[in-house]
Amino acid sequence: MATTTKIGLEIHCQLTGAKSKLFCRCSSDYRGKAPNANICPICAGLPGTLPLLNQKTVEFAAMITLALGCKFPDEIAFYRKNYFYPDLPKNFQLTQYNAYGITSIGVDGRLEYGNGKDARIRRVQLEEDPGRLVYASGSMDTSLYVLIDYNRAGVPLVEIVTEPDFADTKDVRMFLDKITSIIEHLGVCDTKLEGSVRCDANVSVDGGNKVEIKNISSFADVEKALRYEITRQRTMTSREIQVRSETRHWDDARKVTKESRTKEEEQDYRYFPEPDIPLVMLGSEFVSFIKQSMPELPDTRKERFMSKYGLSAHIAQVLIGNKELADFFESTLMIYLSPKEIANWIVTDLMSFIDERQKKEEEEEEHSLFAGLKVGPEHIADLARLVDQDMINRATAKQILGQIIRTGEMPSALAKRMHASRIDDVSVLAQTVQSVFQMEQAAVQDARRNANVANFLLGKVMKITKGKADPKVALEMIQKKLKED
Amino acid sequence: MPIYTLEAGQVVQGIKSKEFSAEEYISQLFERIEKVEPKVNAFVTLNKEEGLDRARRLDKKIRDGEQSGPLAGVALSIKDNICTKGMKTTCSSKMLESYIPAYDATVIKRLMAAGAIIIGKANLDEFAMGSTTEFSRHGPTRNPWDISRVSGGSSGGSAASVAALECAASLGSDTGGSVRCPASFCSVVGLKPTYGLVSRFGLVSYANSLEQIGPVGRTVSDVVSILNVIAGFDENDHTTTNSSKPTYSLQERKGLRVGLIKEFTEGADPGVSKMIYKAAETLEKQGCKCEEVSLPSVQYALASYYTIATAEASSNLARYDNIRYGFDMNPEGYEWNSYFARARSNFGDEAKRRIIVGSYVLSSGYYGKYYLKAHQVRSLLKREMETLFKKYDVLIGPTMPILPFKIGERIDDPLKMYLVDIDTVVANLTGMPAISVPAGFADGLPVGLQIMADQFAEQTMLDVAYLFEQAAKVQRSPEL
Repeated sequence: MATTTKIGLEIHCQLTGAKSKLFCRCSSDYRGKAPNANICPICAGLPGTLPLLNQKTVEFAAMITLALGCKFPDEIAFYRKNYFYPDLPKNFQLTQYNAYGITSIGVDGRLEYGNGKDARIRRVQLEEDPGRLVYASGSMDTSLYVLIDYNRAGVPLVEIVTEPDFADTKDVRMFLDKITSIIEHLGVCDTKLEGSVRCDANVSVDGGNKVEIKNISSFADVEKALRYEITRQRTMTSREIQVRSETRHWDDARKVTKESRTKEEEQDYRYFPEPDIPLVMLGSEFVSFIKQSMPELPDTRKERFMSKYGLSAHIAQVLIGNKELADFFESTLMIYLSPKEIANWIVTDLMSFIDERQKKEEEEEEHSLFAGLKVGPEHIADLARLVDQDMINRATAKQILGQIIRTGEMPSALAKRMHASRIDDVSVLAQTVQSVFQMEQAAVQDARRNANVANFLLGKVMKITKGKADPKVALEMIQKKLKED
Repeated sequence: MPIYTLEAGQVVQGIKSKEFSAEEYISQLFERIEKVEPKVNAFVTLNKEEGLDRARRLDKKIRDGEQSGPLAGVALSIKDNICTKGMKTTCSSKMLESYIPAYDATVIKRLMAAGAIIIGKANLDEFAMGSTTEFSRHGPTRNPWDISRVSGGSSGGSAASVAALECAASLGSDTGGSVRCPASFCSVVGLKPTYGLVSRFGLVSYANSLEQIGPVGRTVSDVVSILNVIAGFDENDHTTTNSSKPTYSLQERKGLRVGLIKEFTEGADPGVSKMIYKAAETLEKQGCKCEEVSLPSVQYALASYYTIATAEASSNLARYDNIRYGFDMNPEGYEWNSYFARARSNFGDEAKRRIIVGSYVLSSGYYGKYYLKAHQVRSLLKREMETLFKKYDVLIGPTMPILPFKIGERIDDPLKMYLVDIDTVVANLTGMPAISVPAGFADGLPVGLQIMADQFAEQTMLDVAYLFEQAAKVQRSPEL
């Protein structure tokens, strides 16, 4: 049965690059601090305090707005979203709202992702993160009490809302990868920090009711949550049970979506403009300032990789798909300029080690690509140089990479130790060829008549040298010797 | 004459010239407070030990020939919704009955730096919501001129403490007339600055877009010297104007054009109107040119004011859920929603009323009908006022349309209570400055003359106030 699925996303990304909170001077880096140690009268919502807008966050949000092809309004405003929840120090959240005129930092964008697909961006907005509720037993259902940590309260967030333009979870994954690469390239968010990027999703199947899924704590879990929810909705539809319009929560432990206890759709947030923050005029000067100060975006970088370094579209795409990889590539080029060779080493060989390591990890934690691998740009540069200069063959180079990735030794040092370098081995190789000629005299005679038999002799040489000989050189040597004798 | 009767300017002079010490002055004031406070009930918290300690340190500074500041030794009461570090700030509410701020409001920092001495926190209507100071958890503040009557509000403690000679001057806050109303009822001077002239950082918010902190004193001169200390840009308040620090002075100016708002006098008690017309005559005699003018959209002002004020208040008061600070109430056995509800049932009736009205006008579907409309009225009113200020330097009228009434007289009729704010809310809605100066007495009760000016035209407004004060010579403090 053909089914159509519509998925929309609400992505929250913390502006960790902004250093301080959205409305006060507290650090935006709350991780690992003692509970309620990273607060001040403003972010704790003490009586009499007033919000002070962090200018840097407006600039960062504007960069995201531009990167997602959104339009700027002339001026932006902040609204109070009023609701009671213990993680909100003021019992309202300062956010942006477009129902009474467009005043969020960006609207009506479009982002290409994957191969020629695109998704519409409804809006980009700036808002404050609430505090964190810490359940005594780790779960809301079984805890007798909850502890509140306001260290996170007021951390700047950018919310990106898409139209329901995704048809399957693979599209979602590709889109999220692209978003990740963009915010990494802009330097606004360190996506590797736990909880720095979060995503809510909404799904409907076959034109049925829309279900919101909240509480998905990482991008990696979005696919899982969506797959579960799509299956749930399809199963219901096939049994002719109507899907209810509701908000469901992703249960991280059981990997299922479940009904929320509170009926959030019934809440009336009583939005109204925050009187303590005057309208912020953007203007053409601001926009051109942002354009000038924008770091290079992944798409531009890809084009540069293709035109400047002659990389294929595929290789360039893999590199820019992850800023760390693209940065690694360019750092390697700074040491040794051999773009195609280096790109190949990174995209095919290095990536296979990375993939292998990631598979071994139980949880897909979003930490550095190179975690646990003792390899830096200097290693890959060294390796590429050895190959380029015909010091070692490709097979040996792969072997070397496999080892140094665990030890951190420089490839040239290892090559030397392995005596795999051709210069050093010319005499050794000649000796080996000589001894093979002596052992295999019949074959030598055959080889003089039948050129194909030379390969048999080469095989023997390779066996004796345990594959360390350069087959090209060895074959040349054998052929030369056959003619000489 | 006892030194506690001195005006702020005289106190500074006396202390600096070592005519008397700050310690003598502050001790005398506390004796006075002890004597009259049982009748007036102007204070919520007294700051005796620290006040005396500060006085002694000031005296030493003066003996050592050090700089002592433009308000050296001046005893101030501070409305109890302005945060004072280490000193309770209760907003006369159960919700903050034991709340001690961790920081000083910007105005407090500036006053202390100028040498002022805070002798206590003044009574107010709960969270500044009221016009009589009857809605206080600490009981009503009584009018020093007749202790059976209300002091006005919500800065009733501020005005009463100044009139009763319990301090030289005070800070109040004015959201819809809360400084000017009690100043009028108690026959003292109360000023609401232009929105954005004085920092609100540390003022516990009632209605952010309307309110300003303002000084109360027995003379225009005292009010000016306090305003000069507290006014000016503050990096902690984005709504303060980023201009050079203004300095106001007392100057005699002649030939100013004065508009008398006829809607104000028409709606007032005959006794009050009579005093205001008499005040206009006084100004004419001083060389001003007075004319009656009309402000037609004033008929929508109260509706607009109560819509905006309650909307903002409903959100501002949401944070009082007793989780982070508040009063003693064991959370054990409650689900958080029911705990919030239970804790918040401790708001007083008037605060509850405004939270409910404010939540209603903001609820989905009603925003356009009420909140937006209220803002349209606000713009309309501002345009009308700006037009008038093209022709007139100041606009005058009564501060309050009625005389101080009996305690309890209007407490059960919220609408009747709200009506008394009709003449004061205009300045808050338009952001314009206004001052109440004593105009005289009707039936033995104080009447205040309100003078309004265009935005940031405080100096012109003060010129007229000073001119009137010098000519009218109205009594400031009663026998108690």
